[in-house]
Amino acid sequence: MISLPVALHIPDGFLSSGVAAVLWVVAIAAVAVGLRVANRDLDEARVPLLGVLAAFIFAVQMLNFPVAGGTSGHLLGATLAAVLLGPWIACLVMAVVLVTQAFGFADGGVSALGANIVNMGVLGALLAGYLVTAGEKALPKSRSAFLGVVGVVSWLAVMVGAAATSFQLAISGTVPLDTVLPAMLGVHALIGIGEAVITVAAVGAVLTARPDLITLVRFEPSPVGPAAAAAARGAS
Amino acid sequence: MSTMSTRIFVILALAVAVGLATAVSPYASANPDGLEKVAQNKQFLEDGKLHSIQDDSPIPDYAFPGIDNERVATGLAGFVGVLFVFTIGYGIAYLVRRRGSGDRSGVHA
Repeated sequence: MISLPVALHIPDGFLSSGVAAVLWVVAIAAVAVGLRVANRDLDEARVPLLGVLAAFIFAVQMLNFPVAGGTSGHLLGATLAAVLLGPWIACLVMAVVLVTQAFGFADGGVSALGANIVNMGVLGALLAGYLVTAGEKALPKSRSAFLGVVGVVSWLAVMVGAAATSFQLAISGTVPLDTVLPAMLGVHALIGIGEAVITVAAVGAVLTARPDLITLVRFEPSPVGPAAAAAARGAS
Repeated sequence: MSTMSTRIFVILALAVAVGLATAVSPYASANPDGLEKVAQNKQFLEDGKLHSIQDDSPIPDYAFPGIDNERVATGLAGFVGVLFVFTIGYGIAYLVRRRGSGDRSGVHA
């Protein structure tokens, strides 16, 4: 008998109502900023990208990959979204995915939906936005340096999400911090490697096909000059 | 090497997403994921529950209802989910996008 992938975002019942409510507020605030930033920055040519990125992240979140000890992991996708569309629009993309999963697929709780948006979306997206930009300033402006930073940041974003979840569970009184934090960080250190591999592969593919579509790229990717990129963007 | 048009890029990327969700997801690992495993080991998995409105989820647990073959049910759930998420994401982006003159893609306005 085959059993099927049942992804588990935080369900209802893991978090106290106070913790869940605070995280709902944070999630709504981040999505509101995302909407404002999209209204300011998202040009016509990038409109379909938001849809396709959300679709891609939804798809790859279904692809649980095995890690050690009978455990699996799946992509979160916040770093990928942040690199391609910037950190705030990434919050919007992640919210679209996670809201659909909660209400359409019963994956992740409803009172815990704010927590899932914060832990898998907002935290990673903002961290990635900050660190990828900082990394580009500090390191040589090349494809390999850029992808290296993206890989490391992808891993970190998963670890931060896992740590945040642990703190929320502990504050809620569900499980002691010294029990849950090492366990969550241990397994997500492995899951984060998968996140890094997938994110680097996806960003690398976009870097080859349409580097001008990558919001956080600051260097000039080699095969395409800015004139060609601008022309391609205008020619959609 | 020239860049591909945005339309081709979007179609290709969407095709990859649809393919992964439809054809690959039925073969994904069924092991508990990171949080679920920790919840099992640390004995708080039983605290988890669904919200009552999730009893009416159209496609609970990524299994398209009414289909006996589990792999087909998962693949169909992925197919429907990807297209739904694409439509919602596209729709929101279309509604909130930057409008007016002064941007490089103003030719579309």
